Amino acid sequence: MYEIVAFYLFSVLAIGLFLVTVMSKNVLYAMTSLAAGMVLISGFFFLLGADFLGVVQLVAYVGAIMALYSFAMMFFDATRDIKEKNTNPALVFLLGGLSAVVLVMMFAAPIHSDAIQALYPMHEGVGNAQDVGMVLFTKYLIPFEVAALMLLVAMIAGIILAGKKMDQSLTEDIGADDEILKQKDEK
Amino acid sequence: MIGLSHYLIVSALIFSIGLIGVLRRRNLLMLFFATEVMLNAVNIAFAAISHYYNDLTGQMFAFFIIAIAASEVAVGLGLLIVLYKKYGTLNLDDFASMKG
Repeated sequence: MYEIVAFYLFSVLAIGLFLVTVMSKNVLYAMTSLAAGMVLISGFFFLLGADFLGVVQLVAYVGAIMALYSFAMMFFDATRDIKEKNTNPALVFLLGGLSAVVLVMMFAAPIHSDAIQALYPMHEGVGNAQDVGMVLFTKYLIPFEVAALMLLVAMIAGIILAGKKMDQSLTEDIGADDEILKQKDEK
Repeated sequence: MIGLSHYLIVSALIFSIGLIGVLRRRNLLMLFFATEVMLNAVNIAFAAISHYYNDLTGQMFAFFIIAIAASEVAVGLGLLIVLYKKYGTLNLDDFASMKG
């Protein structure tokens, strides 16, 4: 009972929040609803017994990625509404709806599940974090290290790309800075 | 009882929402948000399959997807800042330089 209520609550809220993310004209609203939707998705992970994945979702997605987005938004003008010229919105919704129907039909189709065997089965009486660590550091050690190297490369790339000419203001022209200085002088 | 199909259908719906976002957005930052929505939808499907088949492989894939999403955001936002410095806008239609 508890699981059913939680599942439907999370799914309705997550779908609504992601619709706001996709449809909203304001960057701030889109980003906030995206962060809230990611918190709800970590709720799905906790419901599914993937505790460690839920914590990683909270720490890495909500903590790191959304913080990165909000820092990046400081460079762009976030208060203005975004004007987008949609050439054919009906076609977009037709394509999106069709792909939704196809995906739902594919996923709702019966699976011949007897043929599927667990490659790395979960153990009874062992916590999820311990189980994940055992598999991650034995069977997936090389992908794990490659992912670490990839994150290092991405960090260096981000610093080098964003770090040039950081002393210049991006959102406003130079006249705005002069105006602020003038107002200071008048005071 | 909530079964595997419930989770997969929710995942498919969220993925389609992200797809609609990718198709209709013209602002690059909003396009990034839509791709994050799609990545999260796939993670739900992986975690659900991992739970219902009692297999840890799905969770492993979800971890690597999160790592890839993090590096994608770091490099992508750096590129967005470079583009914004060069053109002063993030609108995709303004970047079109080939007339045809």
